[in-house]
Amino acid sequence: MSITAKANALWEYANPRKFLATSERVLPFFWITSAVCLVVGLTWGFFFTPDDYKQGSTVKIIYLHVPASLMAINCWLMMLATSLVWLVRRHHVSALAARAAAPIGIVMTLISLATGAIWGQPMWGTWWAWDPRLTSFLILFLFYLGYVALWEAIEDPDTAADLTSVLCLVGSVFALLSRYAVNFWNQGLHQGASVMRAAAVTGADTEEKVSNIYFYPLLLCIVGFVLLFIALVFYRTGTEIRARRIKALLARERVSG
Amino acid sequence: MIPDLGKYSDTVLSAYAASILLLVALVVFSILRGRKVRAEMDKLEQRMSRHG
Repeated sequence: MSITAKANALWEYANPRKFLATSERVLPFFWITSAVCLVVGLTWGFFFTPDDYKQGSTVKIIYLHVPASLMAINCWLMMLATSLVWLVRRHHVSALAARAAAPIGIVMTLISLATGAIWGQPMWGTWWAWDPRLTSFLILFLFYLGYVALWEAIEDPDTAADLTSVLCLVGSVFALLSRYAVNFWNQGLHQGASVMRAAAVTGADTEEKVSNIYFYPLLLCIVGFVLLFIALVFYRTGTEIRARRIKALLARERVSG
Repeated sequence: MIPDLGKYSDTVLSAYAASILLLVALVVFSILRGRKVRAEMDKLEQRMSRHG
């Protein structure tokens, strides 16, 4: 099959029935693998890694803080992609996938902010600072809340999808800022990237990076969070598709008397 | 069975408790709403097929 044919085959999933059938087939795999990765990764990190010489046992918070922060940003980027598909091709499933993902993003951002504050208190001596990365994450959290509120506030689903897609485009600036704020401004309390840094992986730089003792369980936790995110998006999108069908059926019933 | 977390014991445990609680709540609420919506749709489809 050529690349064009493969790309065209992807659009078949814009059909709600095809999407539901496929997601129900793959969902057990994602639920099970995410649970296994999270249980093994968190148990490994919590019980079987040593304390850090500087941060003591608080280093164990990394297994929740880093994956949640990554997913908080990437969830918004996924919403951006599906919102663009809605704006360009008007596929309802893509708009509903963005809607389904937003509460997951809220929870991931909340975990990131909460664990960051809990970790920051003993390390920085404060729960919160108006640091570039912390502030951009707080703004991202507010964008998530605004996005969900906008969906709820507008009666017509197509208009809601249009307006939330535009909001998503605007909010993407903050999603990217949340990721790269530490590279733009160095005056904050938050450390620079020490896990997902290309130069650290290739060994091209000399800055401090996460030791392999912590990195392997962390990687497993990141994979677990990604798989859980995929499982939740598939499941919740299915729910949104059914909720939309209920509205359509009720409207049809009203018209037919 | 919990490892010795030293003076940061409360910090680490509260971070894990808050995160796991939020994750479990997200999964449970998603599944409960999913089941409710699916049951509602099945009921509606049955009713509509009965009435043609």
